[in-house]
Amino acid sequence: MRIHFEKRKTYSAKASVLTPVISFLVSLILTAVMLAAVKINPAEVYAAMFRGAFGTWRDFSETLVKAIPLILTSLGVATAFKLKFWNIGAEGQLVLGGIGASWVALFASAWLPPAILLPAAIIVGAVAGSVWAGVPALLKVKLGVDETLTTLMLNYVAIIAYDGIYTGPWRDPDGFGFPGSAMFPEAAWLPRLTGRTHAGLIFALIIAAVLWFAFYKTKWGFELQMIGNNKKAARVLGVNIGRNIIIALLISGAISGIAGACEVTGIARRLQQGLSLGYGYTAIIIAWMSRLNPAVCIPVSIIMAGLLVGGDSVQIMMGVPSAMGQVMQGMILFPMLAGSIFSEYRLRLSRDSAATAAPTEGGLA
Amino acid sequence: MKADDSHIDKNSPPMILEMRGITKSFPGVTANDNVNLELFKGEVLALLGENGAGKSSLMNVLVGLYRPDAGDIYVNGKKVHIHSPKDSMELGIGMVHQNFKLVDTMTVAENVILGEQEQRFAPKMKEVSTRIREISDHYGLNVAPDCYISELSVGERQRVEILKLIYRGAEILILDEPTAVLTPQESQDLYKTIRQMTSEGKSAIFITHKMDEVIRFSDWVRVLKKGKLAAVKRTADTTPTELARLMVGREVLFNIEKDEFKPGDTILQLKNVELKGSDGIKLLDNLNFEIRSGEILGIAGVAGNGQVELTEIITGLRTIDSGSILLNERDRTNKSPIEMIKSGVSHIPSDRVAMGIVGDMSVANNLAMKGYREKPIIRGGILRRARILDLAKRMISVFKISTPSTNTHVKFLSGGNIQKTILAREIDACGDLLVAAYPSRGLDVGATEAVRTEIVKQRDAGRAVLLVSEDLDELVSISDRIAVMFEGKIIGLVDSNTEHEKIGLMMAGIK
Amino acid sequence: MILLLTSILAITLRAGTSLVFATIGEIYTEKSGVLNLGIEGIMLMSAVLSFTVSYYTGNLFAAVVTAMATGAVLSLLHAFLSITMRAQQVVSGLSITLFGTGMASFLGQTLGPESNSGYMIGLTAAKFETLTIPGLSKLPVIGAVFNQDLLTYIVLLLIPVAWYFMFRTKYGLNLRAVGESPQTADAMGIDVTRTRYIYTIFGGIMAGIGGAHLSLAYTPGWTENITGGRGWIVIALVIFSLWNPSRAIWGAILFGGINAVQFRLQASGAEIPAPVLNMMPYLVTIVVLIIITLWENRRRGTGTPAALGTPYQREEK
Repeated sequence: MRIHFEKRKTYSAKASVLTPVISFLVSLILTAVMLAAVKINPAEVYAAMFRGAFGTWRDFSETLVKAIPLILTSLGVATAFKLKFWNIGAEGQLVLGGIGASWVALFASAWLPPAILLPAAIIVGAVAGSVWAGVPALLKVKLGVDETLTTLMLNYVAIIAYDGIYTGPWRDPDGFGFPGSAMFPEAAWLPRLTGRTHAGLIFALIIAAVLWFAFYKTKWGFELQMIGNNKKAARVLGVNIGRNIIIALLISGAISGIAGACEVTGIARRLQQGLSLGYGYTAIIIAWMSRLNPAVCIPVSIIMAGLLVGGDSVQIMMGVPSAMGQVMQGMILFPMLAGSIFSEYRLRLSRDSAATAAPTEGGLA
Repeated sequence: MKADDSHIDKNSPPMILEMRGITKSFPGVTANDNVNLELFKGEVLALLGENGAGKSSLMNVLVGLYRPDAGDIYVNGKKVHIHSPKDSMELGIGMVHQNFKLVDTMTVAENVILGEQEQRFAPKMKEVSTRIREISDHYGLNVAPDCYISELSVGERQRVEILKLIYRGAEILILDEPTAVLTPQESQDLYKTIRQMTSEGKSAIFITHKMDEVIRFSDWVRVLKKGKLAAVKRTADTTPTELARLMVGREVLFNIEKDEFKPGDTILQLKNVELKGSDGIKLLDNLNFEIRSGEILGIAGVAGNGQVELTEIITGLRTIDSGSILLNERDRTNKSPIEMIKSGVSHIPSDRVAMGIVGDMSVANNLAMKGYREKPIIRGGILRRARILDLAKRMISVFKISTPSTNTHVKFLSGGNIQKTILAREIDACGDLLVAAYPSRGLDVGATEAVRTEIVKQRDAGRAVLLVSEDLDELVSISDRIAVMFEGKIIGLVDSNTEHEKIGLMMAGIK
Repeated sequence: MILLLTSILAITLRAGTSLVFATIGEIYTEKSGVLNLGIEGIMLMSAVLSFTVSYYTGNLFAAVVTAMATGAVLSLLHAFLSITMRAQQVVSGLSITLFGTGMASFLGQTLGPESNSGYMIGLTAAKFETLTIPGLSKLPVIGAVFNQDLLTYIVLLLIPVAWYFMFRTKYGLNLRAVGESPQTADAMGIDVTRTRYIYTIFGGIMAGIGGAHLSLAYTPGWTENITGGRGWIVIALVIFSLWNPSRAIWGAILFGGINAVQFRLQASGAEIPAPVLNMMPYLVTIVVLIIITLWENRRRGTGTPAALGTPYQREEK
C-alpha cells in the first residue's frame, strides 16, 4: 500500500473548514483516551473544564484575562508571518514591553503628569517590544542572518534580563524580601472592565480590526502578501522588501510589547515572577491555526485561553493536574498540522504489488 | 503512428533497451501517450521534439523519477520495474539532467560516490580519486577529483555528471539538452567523449531540439510531438528539413506579420556599462548600445554569457559598477526597480514562475500587481476590489487567458497561461520600454505564437523592445537587429537577416 | 587554582552531558534538512518517564531505554508531520514542545504512588552514580574527565564516533547530501524521506537520553521544568558547533561552564551580576550566527544545511 498526494486543481475550501473541526474532535477523543488510561472520567473533566472556563461571567472573565496577551501576541506574530519572517520572539518582545512600561510606571511618575503616565507606559512598552523585534529584522535585512534563531535567542536574553531586574536593581526595598518591584502608582494602572479583565481587551480588539483591514484592504497588506508568497517576484515588481520587513517587524514587536505593557499595568501592577507564561510560543501556534487572519486570532485565542483556565479549574475541583489544558492544546495541533496539507493536496491510496518486485533480473553489469 | 517494427533489420546490433506503450499523464496534460522506444548497443538515439513534447517526461519515467500510468520497460529483453533512480542505476541506466544533480558544497569525488550502494562503509577517498583520474584521462574529461563543485564552470560540472555515471558502470547514458549550456567547442568535446563511449559498447540517448545536432551525432532519431511518437528514422536516411516538418508539423516556422521598420527616437541607451560579480569577474563588459522607439533588439548568446544580468541592470534589480543607463535621455543609472517601473520599463522576467508571478495569490491579484499603486485601483491607500476584478476580466478576455475564475490561484494555471498573465500585466502598464527574457521558453506552439505576436504589436505601437532569447529562429523572425553576447561583451551587432551560421559563430566567441 | 579548575571542569562536564547528547542528535537531524524545535518537550517527557521507570523498577537500563523510546515516538511524530504531511517545521516542533511540556507536567502529577498523592516530585530512585576511575581521576585538571557518571563517559566517546560517521562514512555523506540538496540526493538513488525519518528519530532518541541524564544523574529526581530551557540551548549549540559533532563539546562547555563559574563566583562574592553572565551564551550565539552568515555570504561551506526547514517533493508538473 502506498500513500501519495496528488495536487488539487485549486484550493479546497471544504478541507480548510473541516480540518480544524475534525482536529478539535480528534483532540477531545485522544485526551479522553489518555485520561481514561490514568483512570479519570473524561466526561467529568470536560464538563468541569468547560464550566471552569466559560461557566460563569467571572470564569469567562478569567479566560479573557489569559486571552488578551494571546490575542495581542498572536496578532504580532501574524504580522511577521505574513512576510514569512519567522519571528518566534513574541515571548521576548512581550517581556521587553513589560519592562519598558514598568520603567515609566516606576520612575517617570516623578516628572510626568499623572494623566499621561499610563499612555506613556504603554507607548514605551510598545517601543521596547519594537526594538526587540527590530534588531533581528535589521540583521536579516542588512546581513541576511536567520531570524528564527536570533528571535529565539533574544527571548532568553529578555527573560534573564527581566528576572535580573525585578530581583535586582528594581526590587522593592520595602518589600520585606518579596521578589518584585514596588507597586506602580495608581495613575499607571490599566483600568479593569469586569473582574480582572482589563482595558487591554479593547486594545486587542481595536488592533485586530485595524490589522484585518490593513491585511486585506490596503496597499500595504497587498505588498505583505506578495513578499510573503514570493519575495523574488515582489522585488521584480518594485516592492521594497527590506523596508517592508523592518516596518512589519516594528509593528509586530510593538503589538507584543503592548501585550506585555498591559500585563504589568493591568494585572500585577508591579514587576514580579511569572510575567511570561509562554504566551509568545502559544501565540505562534494560534497565528498559524488562524491562518494569519487577525479576525480568527480572537476566537482561537479565547479557546486556547479557555483550555488553560479550564485546566486550572479541574485541578482545583477534581485534583486533575492543570497541565491538562496544555496537553489538550498540543493534541489539537497535531491533527491540524497533519490536516493542513489537504487543502492543497488530495490523498491517494494505491495498492502497488509491483513495488515489491525487485528489479534485479536483467541488470546490465 | 509510424512506430511499427519494420525499420529493424537483421544486421542491427542487439537491442538493449525497449520501452513499450509508455503513458504518463499529469493533471490536465498527457505528457506521454503510448510511446515506444528502442535503443541498440553502441548506438546513439536522438529524442527530438519541441519544448513540452514529452521528451524529458519519458526519460524521467526511464530513470524512475516518474511512475508511468501504463507501459513496460525491457532491459536486455527482460521486463524490469523501475521505481526509483536507484533501480535504474542498478540496471546501468544513468541520466545527466538539465539542472545538474550535484551538491555544491562537496568535492567532485564525494559527488561521484554519493548514494552508491556498493561503496564500503568508510569510503577510501584516495582510491576513489585515482579511479576518477583514470576515467577522466580515458575519456578526455579533464576533471580534478578534489575540486569543490561550487568552483567549477557549467561545462566542467556537466563532465562531472558524465564521469559520475561512467564510474557507476552506466551502460546507457541519457543526456537532457546537453549542449544548451555549452560553447560549440565544448559541444565538440562532448561528442568525442560520447563517441569514445559508444565505441566501447555503451549507448546513449540524447534529448534535443536542435536539428544539426541530431544529424551530426546520432544513429537513430525518434521524434516526439505533443506526447506521441511522431516518427522513427535512421539518421542517415533523413534530412533536417524532414525532421523539422515532423517535429513542428508544418514546413515553415510561423511567420509573424509586422509593420515596416521605422525606428523613432532613442529610448534606451547604455554607455560603457560594466558589472562585476562577487569574485571580481566582469559579468558585463563595456556595453554600448541603444534601442529606438519601434525597434526590437534581439540578444543572442549561449546561456550564461550575461544576458540575464543585462535585463537585471535595466530593470533596476542589479546595480552596475560603472557606466550609465539612459532612458529617454534621462539618467537612470542604478535606480531601484520601482523607479524603473515608474520610468516606464516593463519586464517579462527570465524565470516566470519564480520571478513573474505570486503563485499563491489569485489571477486577478496577479494581474493587478503593476496597477495596484495607482488610481483607480487604489484610493487613499485602500484597494478597490471591484476595480481589480474589472481590470482582470478585461485582461483575461483581451489576452485569452484560460483560467477557471478570476479567483483561482495563479499557480494552478498552465505555463502558457501564466506567461499570458505576466504579459497582460506588463503590457498594460508598459511605458516606452519592454524588456523580455526568454518569453516563449517552454511554451507550446500556440502560446509561443501568441507571445511573439504580442511583442511585435508593442514594437508596432512605437515601443522599444529588448528581447533575450536562446531560440535563434525566434530572434531572427521578430527582431530588427540582433546583438550577440559572449562572456559579458557584445561581440557583434548585426541586422536580423544575417545568416544563422554567422550568428552561431559569434555565439561561440568567433567574429 | 588547579584544584578550582578541576572542579569547575568536573561540574561543567556533568552539566553539559545532557546538552551534548541532545546537540549531537539535533545536528544529525538538521543535517538531514529537518529543524526540530521540539527538543525541549522531548527532554522533559523523557526525564519524567525515565525517572518513573527507575522509581518503580530500580532498573537504570530500562529507564534509559524508556527515555530513548519516548524521544523516538515524539520525534517520529515530528517527522510524520513535517516530512510526510509537509507541515511547517517551526510550528510542528513548537507543538511537540508545547505538548511535551504539558504532558510531562501532567504525568509528573499522576504517575506517582498513592502515598505521594500521584506526584513524582520529591521521590528518590536509582540513579547513575559517579564512577571514579582509579589513578586517572587524580590527575590535575584532566582528572575531572575521569570522575563522572556512565552517561557522561558514553557521550565523551560518542563525540568522535558521531564526527567519524558524519564525515568519513558513506551514510554520513548521503545524510549531508540530503540536507544540502535533496533533489541531487534523490536523483542519486538516496531515499530522502527515509533518511530524514531516520535522523529525525535518531535526534529524538539522543534528546531522550539527554533528558534521562537530567533526572537520573545530574539532578536526580523529578521537578517541574527540570530542563530549565536546555532544549532551547541545544538549538543554539547546534549553530555554535557549525553543525559539526566534534565541536558540540565546546558549546556545551561554554554553557555548562558559565553555570559552574557563576556558582564559584557567587561563593567568592565577585561583582559580575549573574544575569549578565547568564545572558552571555545567548548573545555569543547571536554573534556566532552573524559571523557565519557573513562568511557564508562570501564563500560557501560553513556547515549550514542549505535545505534546512524545507520539505522535499519531487518536481512533478
